[in-house]
Amino acid sequence: MKVLYFAWLRQKIGTGEEQIDPPDTVATAGQLIDWLVTRGPGYATAFKDARAVKIAVNQTFGDRETPIAANDEVAFFPPVTGG
Amino acid sequence: MTVRVQEEDFDLGTELDALTQGNTSIGGMCSFVGLVRDMNEGSGVGGMVLEHYPGMTEKMLEEIEAEAHRRWSLQASLIIHRYGPLEPGDRIVLVAAASPHREAAFEACHFLIDWLKTKAPFWKAEQLDSGETRWVEARDGDEQAASKWR
Repeated sequence: MKVLYFAWLRQKIGTGEEQIDPPDTVATAGQLIDWLVTRGPGYATAFKDARAVKIAVNQTFGDRETPIAANDEVAFFPPVTGG
Repeated sequence: MTVRVQEEDFDLGTELDALTQGNTSIGGMCSFVGLVRDMNEGSGVGGMVLEHYPGMTEKMLEEIEAEAHRRWSLQASLIIHRYGPLEPGDRIVLVAAASPHREAAFEACHFLIDWLKTKAPFWKAEQLDSGETRWVEARDGDEQAASKWR
């Protein structure tokens, strides 16, 4: 699974992109967050305020309930500020 | 319908002329240009770096543009959004909509920038005059502006 982080999530986690292989019990984006935060303090800090984190699965906006699978591209980022 | 995401600047006259050229059913075109401001939230801003999500950015801008075409009778439309390092006064974004009559052009242009603000995956990191770098926070007002088009 390809996971992307943008803006301050990227800075806190220390990488913008990684390939991961979460356990089979991780079936939704929310469960992925719950698993990621166990991987280190950077993840825990980045996902501390869960409401501030937006989720996209395969480049479409989702939420914590969105299902995810092994070949998906999952992205986490703050609320957008373009324009 | 055109969407471009690019690091380099764009020329307003060239882009807007090209948008309507050869289509004489267009009676009006409306455009909005977003610029880097030298002040935000009470702090002087010396520059910014715009980050985006390559792939999803283009997809979202195309969806927003397609939605504008569903809602209004448009003959042409354009979204150009820059990324990378920018200085105060630099152009960030251009949206434009052209239609036989002005009402659709005005409304669609307003819609395009309002939806872009809340749906296109861009993030601004400001370099403050104090030397600090600060991620711009999303404004509630932007969400309210977008929600009036729902």
